[in-house]
Amino acid sequence: MKMTENKQWEPKIVAFCCNWCSYGGADTAGMGRFQQPASLRIIRVMCSGRIDPLHVFNAFLEGADAVLVTGCHLGDCHYVNGNYKTQVRYDFMEDMIKELGLEPERLHLSWISASEGEKFANFVREVTEQVRKLGPSPLKPEGVN
Amino acid sequence: MDEPRIGVFICECGVNIGGVIDCQAVADYAGTLPDVIRSSVNKYTCSDSGQSEIKQAIKDNNLNRVLVAACTPKTHEPIFRACVEEAGLNPYLFEFVNIREHCSWIHMQEKEAATGKACELVRMGVSRASKLEPLQSNEVPVTNTALVIGAGVAGMQSALDIAEMGYKVYLVEKNPSIGGKMAQLDKTFPTNDCSICILGPKMVEVARNKNIELMTYSEVEEVDGYVGNFKVKVRHKARYVDTNTCTGCGLCVQKCPVEVPNIEFNEGIGTRKAIYIPFPQAVPLRAVIDKSVCIDCGACSRACSSNSIIMEQEDTFSELDIGVIVVTAGFDVYDPEPTHDFGYGLYDNVITGMELERLINASGPTMGKVVRPSDVKPPKKVGFIQCVGSRDKKRNRYCSSFCCMYALKDAQLIREKYPDSEVYIMYMDMRTPFRNYEEFYDRARDMGIRFIRGKPGKVTENDDGGVKVRVEDTLTNDIINLDLDLLVLSVGAVSSESTERIRQILKVSRAADGFLMEAHPKLKPVDTTLDGIFIGGVSQGPKDIPYSVSQGSACAARASRYLAQGKAITEGITVEVNHDICVACGICVPMCPFQALSIEEGKLNIIKALCKGCGTCAVACPTGALQQNHFRNDQLLAQVKNVFTFEE
Repeated sequence: MKMTENKQWEPKIVAFCCNWCSYGGADTAGMGRFQQPASLRIIRVMCSGRIDPLHVFNAFLEGADAVLVTGCHLGDCHYVNGNYKTQVRYDFMEDMIKELGLEPERLHLSWISASEGEKFANFVREVTEQVRKLGPSPLKPEGVN
Repeated sequence: MDEPRIGVFICECGVNIGGVIDCQAVADYAGTLPDVIRSSVNKYTCSDSGQSEIKQAIKDNNLNRVLVAACTPKTHEPIFRACVEEAGLNPYLFEFVNIREHCSWIHMQEKEAATGKACELVRMGVSRASKLEPLQSNEVPVTNTALVIGAGVAGMQSALDIAEMGYKVYLVEKNPSIGGKMAQLDKTFPTNDCSICILGPKMVEVARNKNIELMTYSEVEEVDGYVGNFKVKVRHKARYVDTNTCTGCGLCVQKCPVEVPNIEFNEGIGTRKAIYIPFPQAVPLRAVIDKSVCIDCGACSRACSSNSIIMEQEDTFSELDIGVIVVTAGFDVYDPEPTHDFGYGLYDNVITGMELERLINASGPTMGKVVRPSDVKPPKKVGFIQCVGSRDKKRNRYCSSFCCMYALKDAQLIREKYPDSEVYIMYMDMRTPFRNYEEFYDRARDMGIRFIRGKPGKVTENDDGGVKVRVEDTLTNDIINLDLDLLVLSVGAVSSESTERIRQILKVSRAADGFLMEAHPKLKPVDTTLDGIFIGGVSQGPKDIPYSVSQGSACAARASRYLAQGKAITEGITVEVNHDICVACGICVPMCPFQALSIEEGKLNIIKALCKGCGTCAVACPTGALQQNHFRNDQLLAQVKNVFTFEE
């Protein structure tokens, strides 16, 4: 059940995106053809406030090399203040991943508006580069690719 | 619900997806996934034939879930939901996977990786699809009133159109008079007809219309609720004048001893009093006191024969029930002062296009005489510099679209008024689209206006107050030194502070250029992503008068769809509680910004009509009793689990 020897490891990053801003930012990156590593898997939620630490930690336990929590800029939340709640929950998650023995660079929070396609692409590039340096997540179950 | 029977449709989107991703390979892979009954590739899944194929497949294979892997759900989810609904499926049993914006377009050079990623995205989608449940959309009543924010020419048109359809309109304007920027202009291109002569009657029409309630010198403070049921709080700023009795005679203005620069209407050229009427054609034609400079001498009070001055007046507020909202909150002209572009703010005789509008306007501070600010003499040589603040990576990248035309217009007006003057226009490109605009440019050439292709590098001041402009003519490669009496900067448009304020109140998106962002650049140019809120005029992006008016009308038409039907359909994505597990702890209650949750008689109560489906409360629930429909934990976790595969 070992990872295939000759298959090179590539980081796999799970991003939770809010429907209104950051998912739109990823769309805008696409429309602008901003090339980025094929490391990202987006899961769409209506609001960053819907991102449950349960989802984030499950992603790590399933083998994510990094997890991105993204949403609208503070003050721009479609649901008034969902992203402020996200901020509070993120602070908790940040503490938790250290407890789990994960490097802090594996969890990121970013506010990206629907017009910030270039920012989205740069963010994916930067995180992928960081994770590539760190190597596979120590929590990755054996046999996962 | 029956066992999931999923149909998967992979869209090639012509070459948009098919040119990068091996769609057949993705479809073949999808066919191996659990619960997938059939999978196929379409050239264009959203086309009529693509949709027919989905409907046929639902019938032939008795499908109860449909997954389309194509473009973004933000534009196409409603189309496919309607499609599966026509085939008899609940629209929420449809799942969308984005393999265009999030895959083929961003991995154009890595075809293999893109195909692999598309397979994984489809796998995630299939796992979620198998857990989808049918939901009901909610129907909400729509209050038959509209709110139009901003009474420039776009907002006035929007208000008139809605009012003439028979609906009540509240038109809120922050300034003491309606009319917007157009009221400040002298002439309008390409016909050179007098701006206020065509705008003035329209302003009167707005004021006279029985269905329009005009709220000038007022600002929207708070907006709550959702499509059809907005609760809006408006602040009416104290004018210190009773608008019911004031006749606009202006005697108070004559007696007022305080003079300050007239920044609001005359761009700081000339003065106004502490009590003033914004401009001669103002609607309403009523005085207003600027308390920040008033010395409370009482001269106006004594002069007023109708006792209309109320020094102790305070701001008042209105609470409005609104069905639909149109935002036409306008723009600012680019301000070259802080960066001293081309010597503006350093040299007296460098002015902006808007300042020239006021100088050249017969009702302006100089009665229409164009003069140099330094010595109040008519200039003999006038130069225009185009693209100031526009098409500039250091300022604003976008083209402000109307500056070429207003420079051509003002150049012609100067040549008409002062036939012996010399006029130069320094430009990067002249941009004159639309009917009669290019002809207008030709006319300017025929009138002897000289065009220099090149953006000046250096502007210095001469001893006589004139300015020397050094510019390379990039058509002849000559360096030209122009000695000018007056230099006019054709400044562009920027999003205004008041637009930004209203944007934040309404939660409308902003584009990268700072202007309000439409729901779709092509097909929904005046819609926002928020149901019942529409945007138009220059608050949506720079545009000229006819385009602004068209957008005002477009907003009215789009908004009145809701008003005419008297109802709106809202998403079925709301939160739901399992009372068997809920312990009524109340942790969720303050999480909801819409007051949809409450504990009543020891039980959690959810008002579905107030729930907007953000799901923030569900995360807070310690027992898992609260679940957000369509984004249930099991649905999201199915996606998380399927990001990865295990090698056996």
